Amino acid sequence: MSYRLEHLEELEAESIFVLREAFAQFENPCILFSGGKDSIVVTHLAVKAFYPAKIPFPLVHIDTGHNFDETIAFRDELVQKIGAQLVIGSVQEAIDNGLAQDEKGVHATRNTAQIPTLIDTIEKNQFDAAMGGARRDEEKARAKERFFSHRDDFGQWDPKNQRPELWNLFNGKKKFGEHFRVFPISNWTEMDIWEYIKKEKIALPSLYFSHEREVIRRGGTILANSPFITLKPNEKVTTEIVRFRTIGDLTITGAVESEASTLDHIIAEVAAARETERGNRADDQRSEAAMEERKKEGYF
Amino acid sequence: MKGELLRFTTAGSVDDGKSTLIGRLLYDSKSIFQDQLAAIENTSKKKGLDEIDFSLLTDGLKDEREQGITIDVAYRYFNTPNRKFIIADTPGHIQYTRNMVTGASTANAALILIDARNGVIEQTKRHSYIASLLQIPHVLVCINKMDLVNYEKGAFEKIKEQYKDFAAKLDIQDFKFIPISALKGDNVVNRSKNMEWYNGPTLLHSLENIPVANDLNHIDFRFAVQTVLRPHTDEYHDYRGYAGRISSGILRIGDQVTALPSQMQSRVKKIHCAHLELQEAYAPQSISIELEDDIDISRGDMVVKTTNQPQNSQEIDAMICWMGENPMQLNGKYSIQHTSRSGRAIIKEIVYVVDLNELKRIEGKTTMEKNGIARIKIKTTTPLFFDSYRTNRNTGSFILIDETNFNTVGAGMII
Ligand SMILES: Nc1nc2c(ncn2[C@@H]2O[C@H](COP(=O)(O)OP(=O)(O)O)[C@@H](O)[C@H]2O)c(=O)[nH]1
Repeated sequence: MSYRLEHLEELEAESIFVLREAFAQFENPCILFSGGKDSIVVTHLAVKAFYPAKIPFPLVHIDTGHNFDETIAFRDELVQKIGAQLVIGSVQEAIDNGLAQDEKGVHATRNTAQIPTLIDTIEKNQFDAAMGGARRDEEKARAKERFFSHRDDFGQWDPKNQRPELWNLFNGKKKFGEHFRVFPISNWTEMDIWEYIKKEKIALPSLYFSHEREVIRRGGTILANSPFITLKPNEKVTTEIVRFRTIGDLTITGAVESEASTLDHIIAEVAAARETERGNRADDQRSEAAMEERKKEGYF
Repeated sequence: MKGELLRFTTAGSVDDGKSTLIGRLLYDSKSIFQDQLAAIENTSKKKGLDEIDFSLLTDGLKDEREQGITIDVAYRYFNTPNRKFIIADTPGHIQYTRNMVTGASTANAALILIDARNGVIEQTKRHSYIASLLQIPHVLVCINKMDLVNYEKGAFEKIKEQYKDFAAKLDIQDFKFIPISALKGDNVVNRSKNMEWYNGPTLLHSLENIPVANDLNHIDFRFAVQTVLRPHTDEYHDYRGYAGRISSGILRIGDQVTALPSQMQSRVKKIHCAHLELQEAYAPQSISIELEDDIDISRGDMVVKTTNQPQNSQEIDAMICWMGENPMQLNGKYSIQHTSRSGRAIIKEIVYVVDLNELKRIEGKTTMEKNGIARIKIKTTTPLFFDSYRTNRNTGSFILIDETNFNTVGAGMII
């Protein structure tokens, strides 16, 4: 017997440790559940961390109103299966209440409107820690993110004022009104996620697998056709075989042409990938520093 | 992909080629995606460069891009068919001792860069001292920019001797020297054709073959309880699972254990890893334990084998690296976090402060600034259950927290 862990086992052990720390150190932590594979993996890990007790965190979904139907169906089924509480923060409501603004025009997204909605949901429910599925390999600005990421009382992230994280000692102490974002899968890569999904047989929304869909090609991005998208004069709707590599808002999540219909196909595709997964999200392409700016404002 | 996880940190002074080296490792191991490559090609062109500037890959935040330097710890990922790697990329600048200590705290290996033209400089000594203080098990000394010294063996050998001379005073278990050119790619991933005289492994080959699991302490079982699982359902009516991550050692069903601080004894009834029941478990697994007897255990307690117990004291000698904006004060009071246990601590004595330039001890200090390193004595409000950092990184480390702003201000290593 050699006493060593294979890398996925070690990553799992680390994430479970972080989830248990969050539970122990915070009074009212929640999981930000987007319906994407990363937050599904976080939820799966949380179930494992507390088994046979029930998952002790509510799932919070920031609902832009521009969701894929598949995401919502999947979410509701999962919540039921694991017996978790679901909290929905509605972007539409935030817009109606004047908390957030709806963008206009062909490039309109509800991405920025998510920020005030999220902060409002956190405040209303008095969550003191919101756990998310962000990974450091996703994007440059995330490479420096901590497991326990401190936010001031405006929900802002100050890259210059983050606490150093040493060994496995996480400092979740905070003043009244401040809160934390916690990222249990910080050290996972996209490939780790897919391999783990396969190893653990984790169910995913069907959007991840190749299917036929009406799409619009815009710049380098393939967008799903939906009532929320405004066609430019030269654009037309076509039917293609695609799948999604990340799942977010209908209006910004780019699809890729793909025949990958099983996890093995997807893993092979990821291994040969020529683009990082966020590479086809329209929101990141607005500017190179787009992600960083949104993070400062309180984006996940 | 099978294989273990290796965490390593990188250190070098500004312009020694650290960013270029990391970029080269990622590029030659085919870990760079097309869109990332396109972005840096673009920027390289904008800057009027002929070759791709790989250092752009590891550039993080916008402010820093403008300043042109890296100022915090950034984590990078890549893998080969044999292993997955996590790089804690830390800056070489003097004021950022704090960052190197942070990056080093979880590292199994350290890459220390030396510019072949300059040889061992003060920064090299400082970085090596930190690697030794933090007990990074393996140090790879990369002598970079060999292309600028005509790939000469003599230049390499001279630096190697210089380094060995001063490293003899440090406590580094294993160090190796590799002559490289990060810019041209010699001995990073691919073996150099320009240095036939070098028979050793390339950098990547070395990283792939460092024995990770051997560095863990498999002897002293230590289990800090994070939380207690109590399902409150009919099926699991009397279930109490003590949840935590094994700090060190191995646990088997039937083992006689003692809970600290209560000193109550029991035997291990079951070991769970989520829905699986295990016969034995070992560091660094996250598990939960059921005991034969119903004894009172909660977060901050430690479960150990009855026959192998840690030290148990409120008075602790330690080395500390200071990270707070406000200087550390003699008799200052701080919160302390050690394993899952927290309490308060007072600095009873500053035995000496380390002069990082001369690597000498300065006695008689009553305060210490940010980025300083000192030997101190502390007294805690609650007993801690610990081992020396040298024998156990997990139970030998602690952090101090400022009680007014809750920032992490000190990184402690128990002597
Ligand atoms: N000739 C040569 N130049 C190098 C080598 N490695 C890095 N450089 C150059 O040294 C400068 C500083 O490199 P950089 O990676 O930014 O250094 P850092 O400050 O340590 O991250 C850049 O101009 C690099 O192109 C090398 O192996 N040979």
